[in-house]
Amino acid sequence: MAGRTISVGMYVLVYVVLMALLAATVGAAYLHLGNLTIVAALTIAVAKTSLILLYFMHIRFSGRRLWVFAVVGFLWLAILLTLAMTDYLSRGWLPLPAGWE
Amino acid sequence: MSHHHHDPLDHEHYLNVSYGVKSWLLTRDHKRIALLYLISITLFFFLGGLFAVLIRLELLTPKGDFVQAETYNKLFTMHGLIMIFFFLIPSIPAVLGNFLIPLMIGARDLAFPRLNLLSWYIFIIGGIFTLTAVVTGGVDTGWTFYTPYSSTYSNSAVVLTALGVFITGFSSILTGINFIVTTHKMRAPGMTWFRLPLFVWAHYATSIIFVLGTPVLAISIVLVGLERIFGIGIFDPRLGGDPLLFQHLFWFYSHPAVYIMILPAMGVMSEVITCFARKKIFGYNAVAFSSLAIAILGFLVWGHHMFVSGQSEFEGLIFSALSFMVAIPSAVKVFNWTATLYKGSISFHAPMLYALGFIGLFTVGGLTGLFLATLAVDVHVHDTYFIIAHFHYIMVGGAVMAYFAGIHYWWPKITGRMYPETWARLAAVIVFVGFNLTFFPQFILGYLGMPRRYYAYPDEFQVLNVLSTAGASILGVGYLIPLIYLLWSLRYGRVAGTNPWNATGLEWQTPSPPSTENFEAPPRVEGEAYEYEEVKVA
Amino acid sequence: MPDVTTTPVAVQFDDAEQQRESATIGMWVFLATEVMFFGGMFLGYAVYRSSYPMAFGEASRRLDIVLGTLNTAILLTSSLTMAMAVHAAHQGKRRQLVGFLIGTIVLGSAFLGIKFYEYFQKFEEHLVPGRGFALEGADPRHSQLFFSFYFAMTGMHAVHMIIGIVMMGVLIVFALRGKYSERYYNPVEMAGLYWHFVDIVWVFLFPLLYLVERA
Repeated sequence: MAGRTISVGMYVLVYVVLMALLAATVGAAYLHLGNLTIVAALTIAVAKTSLILLYFMHIRFSGRRLWVFAVVGFLWLAILLTLAMTDYLSRGWLPLPAGWE
Repeated sequence: MSHHHHDPLDHEHYLNVSYGVKSWLLTRDHKRIALLYLISITLFFFLGGLFAVLIRLELLTPKGDFVQAETYNKLFTMHGLIMIFFFLIPSIPAVLGNFLIPLMIGARDLAFPRLNLLSWYIFIIGGIFTLTAVVTGGVDTGWTFYTPYSSTYSNSAVVLTALGVFITGFSSILTGINFIVTTHKMRAPGMTWFRLPLFVWAHYATSIIFVLGTPVLAISIVLVGLERIFGIGIFDPRLGGDPLLFQHLFWFYSHPAVYIMILPAMGVMSEVITCFARKKIFGYNAVAFSSLAIAILGFLVWGHHMFVSGQSEFEGLIFSALSFMVAIPSAVKVFNWTATLYKGSISFHAPMLYALGFIGLFTVGGLTGLFLATLAVDVHVHDTYFIIAHFHYIMVGGAVMAYFAGIHYWWPKITGRMYPETWARLAAVIVFVGFNLTFFPQFILGYLGMPRRYYAYPDEFQVLNVLSTAGASILGVGYLIPLIYLLWSLRYGRVAGTNPWNATGLEWQTPSPPSTENFEAPPRVEGEAYEYEEVKVA
Repeated sequence: MPDVTTTPVAVQFDDAEQQRESATIGMWVFLATEVMFFGGMFLGYAVYRSSYPMAFGEASRRLDIVLGTLNTAILLTSSLTMAMAVHAAHQGKRRQLVGFLIGTIVLGSAFLGIKFYEYFQKFEEHLVPGRGFALEGADPRHSQLFFSFYFAMTGMHAVHMIIGIVMMGVLIVFALRGKYSERYYNPVEMAGLYWHFVDIVWVFLFPLLYLVERA
């Protein structure tokens, strides 16, 4: 079973890294990054999520099938976000035929 | 062939192992839960059908003279809601899937029997909320709940209905989780993935949609409810909200939902056609992978419901292209069933009649879907009767026919008795004739420009509308006849025996009806699926 | 050879291993549904933030960054205590298991306490969407949208946390009755997965709601 391979020390280490990433998240928010603010914030969030998935949720030692199940939800959310946001970002890209404005 | 001297229904099976209301309402047996669903959805089917009758009565005449306009809006809304959420979506998975999947894979039950029972209770509770909405004045937003009408302006029982649908969604989600885990973990020794009946593949693919799509419907309903109750304004243009956000969220589920309705039907098809053509399925792998492809691609096409909504034209182009692609795996399946029939030894029992009807009607419905995926065409026929005809060809000509095929095919296994074949064939033909008379005129009406969701129409459309209503009455008769003879057969039907069709599949290796544990010992599977060439016909 | 008399295996399963693996797959599939459920709100947030970045930035600054950061730290810590609880269950250490579960509940409750205090603050500041909403800023209409998402998303998150806390209470009761051992602790492990997932949701909510424009 997966729990066998993750020690208390490992959990604590992951926790310390998570707290450090939290500090980084807040710190980065006060830097003048402009449009990259959101990129930085989400990158750190993804890093934290990966740590939680891999270690606290044992994906690191759980075999490929569970890894697929863990990822598929996020993948599907990416489909929803990408295809729907394309609508909002592409409004006005294509000209309408005359008379339809 | 001699008849049995004793009644094989003497053996202990899942129906007679215990009696009493508690033994049914607290059952963990997937077979009993399937029957609980069967009774519930049959009631909903006839309620949804009643609304259809009222709609078709109004449409006999060009003027709105049977009901008021607001009432008509409620009729088509409730017809759609009940038929989709309380009949079609659960129908094959919750009745046939629940009953058959453990049998087909050689298991004692699904992975989570109590979750299965919970899913039925959730279905019933959601149904009660929705029925309450129906009897306390109804909903008039269309089953699609478009904002801002549903979130701000409608004066009907939106929140109550939304609650009902929201709750029922969890029934789907639990079923999906159960089927996925069961297929992974509960197969008998030797039952590898590629020996599974295609019915199981179909339900696995359906469960992917249950699990990944339904939650998005749930959140979109929650947001409509929040906006209606608290006025928070997510979809309110006065606050800068975008009604299209609702449509994106709603159709992200509701398009894959149509694949929830058709994939299990396709699973039934693979079982029935192979049995009544006495032939192995043509292209097992292609059919199996096509099921998965339909489930996955089905999530990428939702915007084809929004071509004229104000969605960007660029987005429309993308969704149009993707929608063409999703037709391919469906076509693959139709080709493969047809190839299975070729040089098969075909017999025209009722399940096969329904299956043959499915192939033709699903093809018409599917091809008209391609017309609609074509942006330029859709601009003209969107929100007309062309759309209505298209989806009824697939959902009724396709899914409901397959449901009837499956009910008849597995009736002996479920009840231990045969249905009367002549009456069943007659009903199948009546349904086919009635269906086409109802819905083919609607293609023409839509093309000529008759809009949907209107209770009045220009005089020149009356003849086609009358034909459609006439067809609907024939169709109604066709649906009532099985209700009568299937009930009759419970007492008077010929005893079926273990395998009346000489079919392959583990479900036919166990008595009819099966015992509670399905098998005395876990079967060992050695052969491939559909080995009909090896089956000797008695 | 495992002692089958003490490992409860439900009748539909062949053995404890199949039961455990089934429960694990089932829980992960359920978590995928939760990703999609919250995901719908993330789409709405993305749509409006991309449309009204200024209004979102202004509104976000009205949230208390100290309380938000503190809450994030609390929740991350609760994930640690939950992981430790599962670890203790795996080793059959009942008292540690109960202790860590209690710790998780305490931390989770602290999170909720701070959250509801924040809600109360917002109510006092007239920042709850609806009739009483009033924000002196450049774009109050679209800032109200931000607060709609703030309350909807953190509210839904809070509901999930309450459910998690109740689940943990049930686990404590069963643990004290001796239901779990190193051979059987599936419910603890499953509850752990659920709790970590709720934490992941917050890991995304925090920067998206509190840190839109602080520079």
